[in-house]
Parts: sequence; C-alpha cells; structure tokens
Amino acid sequence: MDNNSTLAAEVVSDFPSLDEQDENQLLPQLVAHLREHRTNLREEWADRIKGSHLLDAMTPQEMSAETTSVYDNYVEVLETGSVEALQHYARDLSERIIPRGVETHEVVGIVLLLRDVLARSLFEKYHQDFAKLNNVLDAYEPAANRIANTVAVSFVDERERVIRQQQDAIRELSTPVLPVRERLLILPIIGVLDSERARQLTEQLLTGIRTHRAKVVVIDITGAPDVDEAVANHLVQTVDASRLMGASVIITGLSPEIAQTLVTIGVDLSKMNTIGDLQGGLEEAERLLGYDLAGPGGQVG
Amino acid sequence: MDVGPALVSILRQGRYLIASIHTALDDSEMVRFQHDLIQQIGRYRSRGVIIDVAALDVLDSFGSRTLRDIAEMARLRGALTVIVGIQPDVAFAMVKLGMGTGSVATALDLEEGLSYLDDHVSNGLMLGDSATATRA
Repeated sequence: MDNNSTLAAEVVSDFPSLDEQDENQLLPQLVAHLREHRTNLREEWADRIKGSHLLDAMTPQEMSAETTSVYDNYVEVLETGSVEALQHYARDLSERIIPRGVETHEVVGIVLLLRDVLARSLFEKYHQDFAKLNNVLDAYEPAANRIANTVAVSFVDERERVIRQQQDAIRELSTPVLPVRERLLILPIIGVLDSERARQLTEQLLTGIRTHRAKVVVIDITGAPDVDEAVANHLVQTVDASRLMGASVIITGLSPEIAQTLVTIGVDLSKMNTIGDLQGGLEEAERLLGYDLAGPGGQVG
Repeated sequence: MDVGPALVSILRQGRYLIASIHTALDDSEMVRFQHDLIQQIGRYRSRGVIIDVAALDVLDSFGSRTLRDIAEMARLRGALTVIVGIQPDVAFAMVKLGMGTGSVATALDLEEGLSYLDDHVSNGLMLGDSATATRA
C-alpha cells in the first residue's frame, strides 16, 4: 500500500517535468525550422495569397516587402511570445493599407493563410513521429491563434480609430455657430439631423448663447432634408432652453415636406417663431434687436 | 435664526432687489428664501426682483416651481421678477424634464436682467409682466 502510493507519486511527478522540458525545447526547434525554410515558406505563402486574390490592391514589390516583414514578425512572436511588437507592427500596417481599400477579411485571410502554410510545413517535418507532431502543434496552435487574433483586432481598432476621427471632423464641421451681428447668432444646419447631431446642436447653441451673449438666434434648416418626430421635439426643447437663457430663437427655411411632416405627426410648434427664409429671419432678428432697417434704396426708415 | 454661511444674498439696488443664490438649496432653505424675499419686497417697496441662479449647476422641480411661485407672489406685491443666469446644462435639463419657468421672464445675466427691468418697470407702472426679456 505504502509502496504503491510512493510509486504512483513518482510516476505522476516524473511525467509533467519530462513534458515541460520537451515543450520548452519544442518552440525553439520550431522557430529554427521556420527560420531555416523562410524563403520557401514565404514564397509559398505569397503564392497562396495571390491564388486567393487577396491584397489585389498591392503591387508585387509591396506584397513581397510586406509578406517578408509579416513573416519575420510572426516567427518572432512565436519565439518570444510577446505580441506587443506585432501589435505595433499591425497597427502600422493597417494605417498604411486602410487608405488603399484593403478589407478586414483580406487581412485576416492572409494571416490565416500564413498560419496554414506554416502548420503544413510542420506536418511535413514531423509526420513520422505522431506524438511529437501533437506536441509541436500544442505549442504552435495557441501562439498562432493569438497572432491571428492580435492582427485582426489591431486592424479593426485602427479602422475604428479612423472612423472616430472622421466622425469628430464631421461633427465639428456640421454645426457651426456664427455670430453675424452684435448679439445675433446664425446656425445653418446642412444635412440629415439625427438625434446625436441634434443633441450636439443644442449643446453648441446654448454655450454659444452664453459666450456671445446672444439675444436672438436664427436656426436655418434649409439644408436639412428631413426631420423626424424625436428631432422635432428636440428642436422645440432647444428653443425653450434658449428662452430660459434669455435668447429668442427664429427658425427659418422649413421646407414644404418638413412643414407637412411636423403638422402631420403633431409636434407642438405653437411657441416656435418660424419665418419662411433666412432673409426674412434676419430681418425679423434685426427688428427684435432694435436695428433700423434701411430699404433697398439705402434710405433709413 | 442662524444658518451659517449665507446661502442666498438679497441686495437692494434702487427700486430693485437682487437675490443671488450661491449654492444648491434644499426644500426648506428654498421656502425660507421665498419667505425672506417676499417680505423684503414689501419692506423696501421694490418694483423689480432679479433672481440670479448662475451659481447653480442643478435646479430640481421643487426649486423651479418655487421660483415660479416667487414671481407670482412678487407680482401680487407689485414687483416684476426676472430670473437670470440659468446655465446651458440647467436650461436644457429643465426643458427635458418639463419644468420651464412658465410665464416668468428670463435673461442671460444680471446686466440683461437689469435692462429688462428698466424697460418694463416705469414710474410705478408695470408693463408686459408676462413677456420674456427677449420679446421686449
């Protein structure tokens, strides 16, 4: 009984250490193998990429340069297990190729192809020794998966960063608050007014009233093709909030479609001061501000 | 009754009273403020009241209702009220929650409020008590 348990303990303790040693040596072996056959494997990979019609936007020279550096990075990550360098490289690569119209599936595709090419070469090398092949794949697969994951995530991250940047740019451009006269602001709205933009418009208008000490604001929606109920209600609330800050709002340029929509969906616009076009709106605003209007001939009334 | 540091200051400026709220008031402080202000309108025979809420970054429904009530009470006591200095965030939050200031006049800041009162309070005669400052 005693003897048996000691024996079992020894056996149990012996096996993992052997395995560990084995695996510790396997990865360097594997990396050495991949380095040794670098040229062949890389070319095979490039052929497969071409065969699958991925990265068609790139010239052969670019392709060769990129595949070489991706390959080297790949092997390096396998060796060191650190994905940071690869992350950096993938971000850099994405930055270069996104403007050229390279799609996410292409980037993921080439990384998966490389994974496949390398796995096949490992099969070929170790196919006589099935147990060893198993161990090699145990070491290779998780690392390869992690690499594929990292590259895909970096690419998508970069994409999203670009999109965010563009959204910011559009946002800044989309709702300018323009002072035209002392205490008179104009907000021309061009393009679709969705709820996010409407929210932003409110924010900019209210802070604009504060900074420019505006008494009258003209919101011109000639350039807005459509308004839904939520946005219309939001506009009404914006007008009310402006009033609380001591400014009155004139809305101009309601298109026939918008006018019909608003009345049909039953938005309460009774408190809104609306005027047909921007010109009329400005005249009304100047009247509110107490400017004397000159007629067309320049005679002051 | 001692309430520590002043939460509200009520100053006399000619025929007007200027009440500045320095910090968020709870309900009982708000009621006390209402009481003090209405009392002082009579004592100083004021014709106009400016309530400055520029220091507030939040105004609850009780607060805005009290402000509306004060304006109505002040009107009964012969003074015109204008609320000034509502912050952008506060203004939008109030509208979102459906608690505007009703028919009470509002103006951007103290200066605007004073000029509004100057326009609407004249020699014992009150004009346009329900108009806003901007529709002057």
